[in-house]
Amino acid sequence: MTVWQQVITVGMIVLGTMLTRFLPFLLFPSGKPTPKYIQYLGKVLPSAVFGLLVIYCLKNVSLFTGSRGIPEAISIAAVIALHLWKRQMLLSIAGGTVCYMLLVQFVF
Amino acid sequence: MQKKTDIMKKAFKAAFPHTIPIFAGFWFLGMTYGIYMNVSGFPFWYPMLMSLTIFAGSMEFVAVNLLLGVFSPLQAFAMTIMINARHLFYGISMLDKYRGTGWKKFYLIFGMCDESFSINYIAEIPEDTDRGWFMFFVTLLNQFYWFFGATLGGIFGSLIHFSTEGLDFVMTAMFVVIFLEQWLKEKNHVSAVMGIVLSLLCLVAFGADDFMIPSMIAIFATLTFMRGGLEGGVSV
Repeated sequence: MTVWQQVITVGMIVLGTMLTRFLPFLLFPSGKPTPKYIQYLGKVLPSAVFGLLVIYCLKNVSLFTGSRGIPEAISIAAVIALHLWKRQMLLSIAGGTVCYMLLVQFVF
Repeated sequence: MQKKTDIMKKAFKAAFPHTIPIFAGFWFLGMTYGIYMNVSGFPFWYPMLMSLTIFAGSMEFVAVNLLLGVFSPLQAFAMTIMINARHLFYGISMLDKYRGTGWKKFYLIFGMCDESFSINYIAEIPEDTDRGWFMFFVTLLNQFYWFFGATLGGIFGSLIHFSTEGLDFVMTAMFVVIFLEQWLKEKNHVSAVMGIVLSLLCLVAFGADDFMIPSMIAIFATLTFMRGGLEGGVSV
Protein backbone atom coordinates (compact mmCIF):
# COMPACT_ATOMS: atom_id res chain seq x y z
CA MET A 1 0.00 0.00 0.00
CA THR A 2 1.15 3.55 -0.70
CA VAL A 3 1.02 6.15 2.09
CA TRP A 4 -2.15 7.64 0.59
CA GLN A 5 -3.83 4.26 0.45
CA GLN A 6 -2.92 3.80 4.12
CA VAL A 7 -4.36 7.23 4.96
CA ILE A 8 -7.60 6.36 3.16
CA THR A 9 -7.80 2.95 4.91
CA VAL A 10 -7.32 4.52 8.35
CA GLY A 11 -9.81 7.24 7.35
CA MET A 12 -12.44 4.61 6.52
CA ILE A 13 -11.84 2.92 9.90
CA VAL A 14 -12.26 6.26 11.69
CA LEU A 15 -15.41 6.97 9.67
CA GLY A 16 -16.90 3.54 10.44
CA THR A 17 -16.11 3.84 14.16
CA MET A 18 -17.57 7.32 14.39
CA LEU A 19 -20.71 6.24 12.52
CA THR A 20 -21.39 3.52 15.12
CA ARG A 21 -20.77 5.98 17.98
CA PHE A 22 -22.65 9.03 16.68
CA LEU A 23 -25.63 7.41 14.91
CA PRO A 24 -27.94 7.04 17.96
CA PHE A 25 -27.28 10.66 18.95
CA LEU A 26 -27.97 11.88 15.40
CA LEU A 27 -31.17 9.81 15.09
CA PHE A 28 -32.49 10.86 18.49
CA PRO A 29 -31.31 14.43 19.15
CA SER A 30 -31.76 15.73 22.70
CA GLY A 31 -34.02 18.56 21.51
CA LYS A 32 -36.78 16.13 20.54
CA PRO A 33 -38.50 13.58 22.80
CA THR A 34 -36.91 10.14 22.37
CA PRO A 35 -39.40 7.44 21.27
CA LYS A 36 -40.66 5.28 24.17
CA TYR A 37 -39.25 2.13 22.59
CA ILE A 38 -35.73 3.61 22.41
CA GLN A 39 -36.02 4.84 26.01
CA TYR A 40 -36.96 1.28 26.99
CA LEU A 41 -33.95 -0.12 25.11
CA GLY A 42 -31.69 2.47 26.79
CA LYS A 43 -32.82 1.12 30.16
CA VAL A 44 -32.66 -2.63 29.55
CA LEU A 45 -29.72 -2.85 27.14
CA PRO A 46 -26.82 -2.03 29.54
CA SER A 47 -27.33 -5.16 31.70
CA ALA A 48 -27.26 -7.39 28.63
CA VAL A 49 -24.33 -5.45 27.11
CA PHE A 50 -22.18 -5.87 30.24
CA GLY A 51 -22.91 -9.60 30.05
CA LEU A 52 -21.89 -9.59 26.40
CA LEU A 53 -18.65 -7.74 27.25
CA VAL A 54 -17.75 -10.33 29.90
CA ILE A 55 -18.24 -13.13 27.35
CA TYR A 56 -16.32 -11.07 24.77
CA CYS A 57 -13.30 -10.90 27.12
CA LEU A 58 -13.45 -14.69 27.57
CA LYS A 59 -14.08 -15.61 23.94
CA ASN A 60 -10.66 -17.15 23.36
CA VAL A 61 -10.73 -19.36 26.47
CA SER A 62 -10.82 -23.02 25.45
CA LEU A 63 -12.44 -25.55 27.76
CA PHE A 64 -10.77 -28.47 26.01
CA THR A 65 -7.15 -27.43 25.58
CA GLY A 66 -4.42 -25.79 27.67
CA SER A 67 -5.52 -24.86 31.17
CA ARG A 68 -9.20 -25.46 30.24
CA GLY A 69 -10.42 -22.13 31.53
CA ILE A 70 -9.65 -23.06 35.14
CA PRO A 71 -7.51 -19.95 35.95
CA GLU A 72 -10.25 -17.74 34.45
CA ALA A 73 -12.98 -19.50 36.47
CA ILE A 74 -11.04 -19.26 39.75
CA SER A 75 -10.12 -15.61 39.19
CA ILE A 76 -13.67 -14.59 38.27
CA ALA A 77 -14.91 -16.33 41.42
CA ALA A 78 -12.28 -14.34 43.37
CA VAL A 79 -13.46 -11.07 41.76
CA ILE A 80 -17.09 -11.82 42.65
CA ALA A 81 -16.27 -12.92 46.22
CA LEU A 82 -14.09 -9.85 46.86
CA HIS A 83 -16.71 -7.54 45.43
CA LEU A 84 -19.59 -9.02 47.43
CA TRP A 85 -17.43 -8.83 50.55
CA LYS A 86 -15.97 -5.30 50.36
CA ARG A 87 -17.77 -3.77 47.36
CA GLN A 88 -14.65 -1.77 46.46
CA MET A 89 -14.30 -1.77 42.68
CA LEU A 90 -10.53 -1.26 42.60
CA LEU A 91 -9.87 -3.94 45.22
CA SER A 92 -12.01 -6.50 43.39
CA ILE A 93 -10.35 -5.78 40.04
CA ALA A 94 -6.79 -5.75 41.44
CA GLY A 95 -7.37 -8.87 43.55
CA GLY A 96 -8.78 -10.85 40.64
CA THR A 97 -5.99 -9.75 38.29
CA VAL A 98 -3.21 -10.62 40.74
CA CYS A 99 -4.88 -13.99 41.35
CA TYR A 100 -4.98 -14.64 37.58
CA MET A 101 -1.36 -13.57 37.05
CA LEU A 102 -0.13 -15.85 39.84
CA LEU A 103 -2.16 -18.76 38.45
CA VAL A 104 -0.97 -18.46 34.84
CA GLN A 105 2.64 -17.70 35.75
CA PHE A 106 3.23 -20.22 38.52
CA VAL A 107 0.49 -22.85 38.63
CA PHE A 108 -0.72 -23.59 35.09
CA MET B 1 -20.50 30.88 42.20
CA GLN B 2 -17.69 28.41 41.74
CA LYS B 3 -14.91 29.33 39.37
CA LYS B 4 -14.62 27.21 36.23
CA THR B 5 -11.15 25.95 37.15
CA ASP B 6 -12.47 24.81 40.55
CA ILE B 7 -15.28 22.91 38.88
CA MET B 8 -12.80 21.24 36.54
CA LYS B 9 -10.38 20.38 39.36
CA LYS B 10 -13.14 18.83 41.42
CA ALA B 11 -14.38 16.77 38.47
CA PHE B 12 -10.84 15.61 37.68
CA LYS B 13 -10.23 14.50 41.26
CA ALA B 14 -13.52 12.60 41.28
CA ALA B 15 -12.92 11.03 37.86
CA PHE B 16 -9.31 9.88 38.23
CA PRO B 17 -9.84 7.01 40.75
CA HIS B 18 -12.47 5.50 38.42
CA THR B 19 -9.87 5.25 35.65
CA ILE B 20 -7.11 3.50 37.62
CA PRO B 21 -8.05 -0.03 36.40
CA ILE B 22 -8.09 1.34 32.86
CA PHE B 23 -4.63 2.79 33.43
CA ALA B 24 -3.39 -0.68 34.38
CA GLY B 25 -5.12 -2.30 31.42
CA PHE B 26 -4.54 0.30 28.73
CA TRP B 27 -0.85 1.01 29.03
CA PHE B 28 -0.38 -2.75 28.78
CA LEU B 29 -2.82 -3.39 25.92
CA GLY B 30 -1.81 -0.15 24.18
CA MET B 31 1.83 -1.17 24.43
CA THR B 32 1.02 -4.62 23.05
CA TYR B 33 -0.64 -2.88 20.13
CA GLY B 34 2.32 -0.52 19.63
CA ILE B 35 4.74 -3.45 19.67
CA TYR B 36 2.55 -5.36 17.22
CA MET B 37 2.65 -2.35 14.87
CA ASN B 38 6.40 -2.05 15.39
CA VAL B 39 7.17 -5.67 14.55
CA SER B 40 4.78 -5.43 11.57
CA GLY B 41 7.14 -2.79 10.17
CA PHE B 42 5.37 0.49 10.96
CA PRO B 43 7.16 3.51 12.49
CA PHE B 44 6.02 4.65 15.94
CA TRP B 45 3.93 7.56 14.70
CA TYR B 46 1.49 5.10 13.07
CA PRO B 47 0.24 3.61 16.38
CA MET B 48 0.54 7.09 17.91
CA LEU B 49 -1.76 8.73 15.36
CA MET B 50 -4.09 5.75 15.10
CA SER B 51 -4.57 5.64 18.90
CA LEU B 52 -5.64 9.28 18.73
CA THR B 53 -7.97 9.08 15.73
CA ILE B 54 -9.54 5.61 15.94
CA PHE B 55 -9.51 4.94 19.72
CA ALA B 56 -11.28 1.58 19.51
CA GLY B 57 -8.90 -1.05 20.85
CA SER B 58 -9.92 -4.23 19.07
CA MET B 59 -10.38 -2.33 15.80
CA GLU B 60 -6.82 -1.00 15.94
CA PHE B 61 -5.46 -4.53 16.12
CA VAL B 62 -7.59 -5.48 13.09
CA ALA B 63 -6.38 -2.30 11.36
CA VAL B 64 -2.80 -3.66 11.39
CA ASN B 65 -3.94 -6.57 9.20
CA LEU B 66 -5.96 -4.27 6.97
CA LEU B 67 -2.91 -2.05 6.42
CA LEU B 68 -0.74 -5.05 5.60
CA GLY B 69 -3.29 -6.44 3.10
CA VAL B 70 -4.54 -5.30 -0.29
CA PHE B 71 -5.97 -1.78 -0.55
CA SER B 72 -9.73 -2.13 -0.08
CA PRO B 73 -11.34 0.87 1.62
CA LEU B 74 -14.89 -0.48 1.37
CA GLN B 75 -13.90 -3.71 3.07
CA ALA B 76 -12.15 -1.71 5.81
CA PHE B 77 -15.32 0.36 6.28
CA ALA B 78 -17.65 -2.66 6.37
CA MET B 79 -15.43 -4.56 8.80
CA THR B 80 -15.23 -1.56 11.11
CA ILE B 81 -19.03 -1.28 11.21
CA MET B 82 -19.34 -5.00 12.03
CA ILE B 83 -16.71 -4.99 14.79
CA ASN B 84 -17.86 -1.72 16.33
CA ALA B 85 -21.62 -2.25 15.97
CA ARG B 86 -21.89 -2.66 19.76
CA HIS B 87 -21.28 1.11 20.07
CA LEU B 88 -24.85 1.57 18.77
CA PHE B 89 -26.05 -0.05 22.00
CA TYR B 90 -23.80 2.24 24.06
CA GLY B 91 -25.16 5.31 22.29
CA ILE B 92 -28.77 4.29 22.92
CA SER B 93 -27.92 3.75 26.62
CA MET B 94 -26.14 7.11 26.92
CA LEU B 95 -28.71 9.34 25.16
CA ASP B 96 -29.86 10.67 28.54
CA LYS B 97 -26.55 10.71 30.44
CA TYR B 98 -24.69 12.72 27.80
CA ARG B 99 -27.54 15.22 27.54
CA GLY B 100 -26.78 18.83 28.46
CA THR B 101 -22.99 18.47 28.48
CA GLY B 102 -22.45 21.19 25.86
CA TRP B 103 -19.45 21.02 23.53
CA LYS B 104 -18.02 18.18 25.63
CA LYS B 105 -20.73 15.90 24.24
CA PHE B 106 -18.89 15.68 20.92
CA TYR B 107 -15.74 14.37 22.58
CA LEU B 108 -17.72 12.08 24.92
CA ILE B 109 -19.27 10.37 21.88
CA PHE B 110 -16.01 10.38 19.90
CA GLY B 111 -14.18 8.65 22.78
CA MET B 112 -16.94 6.23 23.79
CA CYS B 113 -14.92 3.00 23.87
CA ASP B 114 -16.11 -0.05 25.87
CA GLU B 115 -14.34 1.13 29.03
CA SER B 116 -15.34 4.82 28.92
CA PHE B 117 -18.95 3.87 28.24
CA SER B 118 -19.01 1.35 31.09
CA ILE B 119 -17.46 3.68 33.66
CA ASN B 120 -19.56 6.67 32.68
CA TYR B 121 -22.67 4.51 32.79
CA ILE B 122 -22.06 2.85 36.16
CA ALA B 123 -20.22 5.60 38.11
CA GLU B 124 -22.10 7.35 40.86
CA ILE B 125 -21.04 10.94 40.31
CA PRO B 126 -21.15 13.01 43.53
CA GLU B 127 -24.01 15.56 43.63
CA ASP B 128 -21.66 18.53 43.86
CA THR B 129 -19.49 17.45 40.92
CA ASP B 130 -20.15 18.58 37.36
CA ARG B 131 -21.35 15.51 35.41
CA GLY B 132 -20.13 16.75 32.04
CA TRP B 133 -16.58 17.43 33.22
CA PHE B 134 -16.47 14.17 35.18
CA MET B 135 -17.35 12.08 32.13
CA PHE B 136 -15.07 14.22 29.96
CA PHE B 137 -12.07 13.48 32.20
CA VAL B 138 -12.89 9.75 32.40
CA THR B 139 -12.90 9.63 28.59
CA LEU B 140 -9.83 11.84 28.19
CA LEU B 141 -7.73 9.96 30.76
CA ASN B 142 -8.66 6.62 29.19
CA GLN B 143 -7.62 7.84 25.76
CA PHE B 144 -4.41 9.26 27.18
CA TYR B 145 -3.47 5.90 28.76
CA TRP B 146 -4.09 4.13 25.45
CA PHE B 147 -2.15 6.76 23.46
CA PHE B 148 0.73 6.62 25.96
CA GLY B 149 0.95 2.81 25.80
CA ALA B 150 0.62 2.63 22.01
CA THR B 151 3.32 5.25 21.48
CA LEU B 152 5.75 3.66 23.95
CA GLY B 153 5.18 0.25 22.39
CA GLY B 154 5.74 1.72 18.95
CA ILE B 155 9.02 3.34 20.01
CA PHE B 156 10.57 0.57 22.06
CA GLY B 157 8.88 -2.31 20.27
CA SER B 158 10.83 -5.51 20.37
CA LEU B 159 13.21 -4.27 23.11
CA ILE B 160 10.59 -5.03 25.74
CA HIS B 161 10.43 -8.42 27.35
CA PHE B 162 7.25 -9.38 29.13
CA SER B 163 7.08 -10.65 32.67
CA THR B 164 3.54 -9.40 32.91
CA GLU B 165 1.74 -12.47 31.58
CA GLY B 166 -1.89 -12.38 32.57
CA LEU B 167 -2.09 -8.64 33.21
CA ASP B 168 -4.63 -8.31 30.41
CA PHE B 169 -7.10 -10.07 32.73
CA VAL B 170 -7.60 -6.64 34.34
CA MET B 171 -10.12 -5.84 31.59
CA THR B 172 -12.07 -9.06 32.19
CA ALA B 173 -12.06 -8.39 35.95
CA MET B 174 -13.35 -4.87 35.34
CA PHE B 175 -16.26 -5.97 33.19
CA VAL B 176 -17.14 -8.71 35.71
CA VAL B 177 -17.26 -6.06 38.47
CA ILE B 178 -19.34 -3.70 36.35
CA PHE B 179 -21.73 -6.52 35.44
CA LEU B 180 -22.01 -7.39 39.14
CA GLU B 181 -22.58 -3.74 40.17
CA GLN B 182 -25.39 -3.49 37.63
CA TRP B 183 -26.79 -6.81 38.93
CA LEU B 184 -26.81 -5.55 42.53
CA LYS B 185 -28.55 -2.32 41.49
CA GLU B 186 -31.31 -3.72 39.30
CA LYS B 187 -34.54 -5.31 40.48
CA ASN B 188 -35.05 -7.57 37.50
CA HIS B 189 -32.21 -9.73 36.16
CA VAL B 190 -33.81 -10.91 32.92
CA SER B 191 -31.74 -8.63 30.69
CA ALA B 192 -28.45 -9.48 32.47
CA VAL B 193 -29.13 -13.23 32.23
CA MET B 194 -30.13 -12.85 28.56
CA GLY B 195 -26.85 -11.02 27.88
CA ILE B 196 -24.77 -13.87 29.28
CA VAL B 197 -26.85 -16.79 27.97
CA LEU B 198 -27.44 -15.49 24.43
CA SER B 199 -23.77 -14.43 24.03
CA LEU B 200 -22.60 -17.84 25.24
CA LEU B 201 -24.96 -19.66 22.88
CA CYS B 202 -23.79 -17.51 19.95
CA LEU B 203 -20.14 -18.04 20.92
CA VAL B 204 -20.63 -21.82 20.81
CA ALA B 205 -22.64 -21.65 17.58
CA PHE B 206 -20.60 -19.09 15.59
CA GLY B 207 -17.12 -19.17 17.15
CA ALA B 208 -14.93 -16.46 18.71
CA ASP B 209 -14.49 -14.40 15.52
CA ASP B 210 -18.11 -14.18 14.41
CA PHE B 211 -20.32 -14.25 17.51
CA MET B 212 -20.70 -10.53 18.29
CA ILE B 213 -23.23 -9.58 15.59
CA PRO B 214 -25.47 -12.67 16.11
CA SER B 215 -25.33 -12.01 19.89
CA MET B 216 -26.40 -8.40 19.41
CA ILE B 217 -29.25 -9.39 17.10
CA ALA B 218 -30.38 -12.07 19.57
CA ILE B 219 -30.24 -9.64 22.53
CA PHE B 220 -32.03 -6.94 20.57
CA ALA B 221 -34.78 -9.31 19.36
CA THR B 222 -35.31 -10.89 22.79
CA LEU B 223 -35.52 -7.57 24.64
CA THR B 224 -37.90 -6.21 22.02
CA PHE B 225 -40.07 -9.32 22.23
CA MET B 226 -40.16 -9.14 26.04
CA ARG B 227 -40.90 -5.42 26.19
CA GLY B 228 -44.40 -5.82 27.60
CA GLY B 229 -43.21 -7.87 30.56
CA LEU B 230 -39.99 -6.01 31.32
CA GLU B 231 -40.99 -2.38 31.07
CA GLY B 232 -40.75 -0.62 34.41
CA GLY B 233 -39.20 -3.56 36.20
CA VAL B 234 -35.60 -3.18 35.10
CA SER B 235 -35.05 0.53 35.61
CA VAL B 236 -32.30 1.30 38.09
